Amino acid sequence: MTDMPDDRGAGRSAATSTASIMRPDARTKSRNAAEKRFRAYGLGAIVIGILALVFLLASILYRGLPAFTQTYISIDVALPAETLDPEGNRDPAEMAKVITFGYAGLVDDAMQSALEARGIEVEGLNDPGVLISKQAPAQIRDWVLSNPEAVGGTERFDFLATSRIDQYYKGAVTMESAARDSQISPEQLQLADILKDEGMLTRKFNWSFVTAPDASDQRPEAAGLGVAILGSAYMMLIVLGLALPIGVAASIYLEEFAPTNRWTDIIEVNISNLAAVPSIVFGILGLAIFINFGGLPQSAPIVGGLVLTLMTLPTIIISTRASLKSVPPSIRDAALGVGASKMQAVFHHVLPLAGPGILTGTIIGLAQALGETAPLLLIGMVAFVTEYPDAPPEGFFDPATALPVQVYNWTQRADPAFAERASGAIIVLLVFLAIMNITAIVLRRKFERRW
Amino acid sequence: MSFVRTTASVAILAAAATAAGAQGRDQVQVAGSSTVLPYANIVAEAFGESYDFPTPVIQSGGSSAGLKLFCEGVGENTIDIANASRPMRPEEQKTCADNGVNEIIEVRIGYDGIVFASQTDGPAFTAFEPAQWYKAMAAEIPQDGEMVANPNTNWTDIDPSLPDAEILAFIPGTKHGTREVFEEKVILAGCEASGAMEQIMEINGGDEDAAEDACMAIRDDGAAVDIDGDYTETLARIESNSDGVGVFGLSFYENNTDKLKVATMGGVAPSTETIASGEYPVSRPLYFYIKKAHIGVIPGLKEYAAFFVNDQVAGQGGPLADYGLVPDPELAQTQQKVEDETTMPDPS
Repeated sequence: MTDMPDDRGAGRSAATSTASIMRPDARTKSRNAAEKRFRAYGLGAIVIGILALVFLLASILYRGLPAFTQTYISIDVALPAETLDPEGNRDPAEMAKVITFGYAGLVDDAMQSALEARGIEVEGLNDPGVLISKQAPAQIRDWVLSNPEAVGGTERFDFLATSRIDQYYKGAVTMESAARDSQISPEQLQLADILKDEGMLTRKFNWSFVTAPDASDQRPEAAGLGVAILGSAYMMLIVLGLALPIGVAASIYLEEFAPTNRWTDIIEVNISNLAAVPSIVFGILGLAIFINFGGLPQSAPIVGGLVLTLMTLPTIIISTRASLKSVPPSIRDAALGVGASKMQAVFHHVLPLAGPGILTGTIIGLAQALGETAPLLLIGMVAFVTEYPDAPPEGFFDPATALPVQVYNWTQRADPAFAERASGAIIVLLVFLAIMNITAIVLRRKFERRW
Repeated sequence: MSFVRTTASVAILAAAATAAGAQGRDQVQVAGSSTVLPYANIVAEAFGESYDFPTPVIQSGGSSAGLKLFCEGVGENTIDIANASRPMRPEEQKTCADNGVNEIIEVRIGYDGIVFASQTDGPAFTAFEPAQWYKAMAAEIPQDGEMVANPNTNWTDIDPSLPDAEILAFIPGTKHGTREVFEEKVILAGCEASGAMEQIMEINGGDEDAAEDACMAIRDDGAAVDIDGDYTETLARIESNSDGVGVFGLSFYENNTDKLKVATMGGVAPSTETIASGEYPVSRPLYFYIKKAHIGVIPGLKEYAAFFVNDQVAGQGGPLADYGLVPDPELAQTQQKVEDETTMPDPS
């Protein structure tokens, strides 16, 4: 900086010799170069951001999309009366005494007889029943109990193939890895290939991944997101039902009615601080207040919903106040001028105009709550739940999990097939988040008014 | 006015919520050990399918965390069963009793092996002895009559027959029940077998408890890495470190034999057979604990416990044995215990 005057002098002398606005002098050149460099930095930052996003999305899609298709084996199962209905009176209540494990033999027998009937032989093959999921006995039992008259006959079932077979067709299991694997042998994979040629083994779109409940570690192929999606939906209902009215009421009071004094200042500062509190703190609070003190059940969407409400409130209050503030004072003044009460001015004029902003803020708050995991860990939502919660309001008190928590849960399971399902669950979560954010943008575009 | 309507509907919702909250809980709630978790999941799933009772809800979190929840008291908003990969400690039983949980039924479901595995393509870690693990993991080892910081950095420093690789072990963190078994059955056993125990007692003047503590102190210079997460985390570390050796549960290893190779311990390969016969040295019993006061209050609680230890479930050839549980040879006694609701003796 100290040599500035000299520099300027040099520039001036240059200008006198070759004075032309057509030919830029040294200083203009350096300014232009600086601007170009700055633009390049900015562009670089955006490119890095986009590359990171593309990489993230691509890796999730690459790993998760296979979870939406699943391999099925279609096979005839004989339903022998002596094992399924030992009493012989076809009474479902009596037949229910044969537990699921009692049906396991039927699957092995069905596989054996299917191979014999089609004359399929694979050298060194043992235990061909392993190809079929351990979910199959439960599937047969459910069907038999609702169709007791079919016992004694034969019925064709579409069973899930075991996860190792499924992964073989998705490329994660190979003949080499199967040779080392205690769960599957290369001979069993060869058999799967033969079944595929025979048309017994097919790969289909797997709706049950979205609708079915979670499954135990022995049958990863059967695990689905049904309970998690319901749990997340219930929690969002609770958050919407509580956070929106409370948040809007609080903001209207603070913005339109409250006097400006030290107390409102303190409240204002605290709301901004609350928005920055780490979410796990709300989980500890929820455990202490709602479960230990309030006696609400563990693992229930009601507790999750209440905790997420606390977490979302500051976001909603801040965005609601911002949109109330953006309504021009002339609207209030006009309403008050024609004799409206303060409350009429707010509810008839200001609130409808601030509506789109409030909705956008709420939806963004909800999207944030939907993806939240940490507070749910502490209130027992990370659980193995295979039963759908009832319809609300009773269902709010039934155990359930949530989408992000299900992702966390699946990444901890031993069987490698759960890793694929965890990525699949991330895709479902991202789709929901995208839908919510797009709705917020559309609402804002459609109803936003500028003054 | 829509605002008033929203407020009213929230009030109705809250009222309905309170009414529903007053109803009793109708499903069994379980929490505890992440080692027992997969077994409990399998049993709960089959229980829900086979009986009219709702499927139990199983939470994970570790043995100690589960027992802490369990001992919080009696009542519908406390859990009914705690899974544990170690027996309940007397002080835990005392906390339980202080909170009104006096009658506890202890159920042993079987045994679990702890195995030492590494990458399939990594160095040939195929046979280990407890003494080698002691020398690799101890914080301080006795040398020429005094304790010195563990100088071993390569497996060949300990035994030339071991592969030439840097010592890097991924062991369970202290919140896991597995850590305790690892320390007692591998490190302490190795300390005694190598003769280090005697030397330590010579140095410290014959204090056996202090010597045991000195044996089981694990080095913290980076050669031993505590894993606080699940075995999936250990597996991920092994996959990115070809020299690493990890400590796993037998069932986890059996589900990932295509990625891991297991080492023998004391010349015995881990399998359900060698663990059941007691030849394989590193195994531990798995338990769950039932609150007797909840039997008859929570529907299906006793039925779930009885189903868990049923021969068809926890016995030879059952689904739990398929998954890697070593069946308990004394299962019949356990079944009787559940049937009679025999509680644990008072700790004092």
